[in-house]
Amino acid sequence: MPDILFHLFAFLTLASSVAVVINHNAVNSALAFLVGLVGVSGLFVLLDSFLLAVLMILVYAGAVVALFLFIIMLLDMQGGERKSFSKPTAVAAVIGSALLVVCSMTLIRSFGGLDAPDAASILPVGANLKHYGDQLFTTYLLPVQVVGFLLLTAMLGVIVLSKKFDGMGDVK
Amino acid sequence: MMNVGLNEYLTVAVAMFVIGFIGVLVRKNTLVIYMCLELMLVASTIAFVAFSRFNGTMDGNVFVFFILTVAAAEVAVGLAIIVALFRRRQTVQVDELNALKN
Repeated sequence: MPDILFHLFAFLTLASSVAVVINHNAVNSALAFLVGLVGVSGLFVLLDSFLLAVLMILVYAGAVVALFLFIIMLLDMQGGERKSFSKPTAVAAVIGSALLVVCSMTLIRSFGGLDAPDAASILPVGANLKHYGDQLFTTYLLPVQVVGFLLLTAMLGVIVLSKKFDGMGDVK
Repeated sequence: MMNVGLNEYLTVAVAMFVIGFIGVLVRKNTLVIYMCLELMLVASTIAFVAFSRFNGTMDGNVFVFFILTVAAAEVAVGLAIIVALFRRRQTVQVDELNALKN
């Protein structure tokens, strides 16, 4: 049963990722991205990281995609793009991504696959919420503080970026 | 039936990363490019969680925690920059934003 679910969610994720790239309308891309995030969240549930699955939906689908849709509609681009692919870009994309695929697959398959033990034999530590608090407030205490400061800085940065200052209209 | 293990999850992560990479190279709309960047970030989180699950440790999960936080901050700043850019240039197509070219 989990195998079928894995294939389902993997297909959902990859298909909607492709849809993000090939859709000509930015709103459709954002909605495909949303579907892809649901698939990723399902994969997280299969990996026993329930908290991260919920956070993925809350933070990404709730905040990030909503922000994307808001900006797309604010800027109101007229039905997508005029010319989608230029030829050199397409060639570069195909070559670059082919190299990336070959490198990654070589890395993964060269050892006959990474010899991970069966999932059933490993304790799913990510399933327990207590472990998150334990780690975040001991080992990762400094990163938590730094990330909090980063959020504050980002908020100030966004305010400064979107505010209009007098007398700076002609600064190029 | 084939048993789903670490390699299958990593394959999904790699495929998603590559799709996002192609999107960044091919698309011309800044907002869609930004969405493809997010796609690559999400793909890396799949790899993190899969490694963490099959290693039996917490570190990958906690790292994804931080990635989520940083991604939220990054999106807020990036979209503010795009809006500021649109205000000045009235376009978000990357082939028209070529002030540094030549």
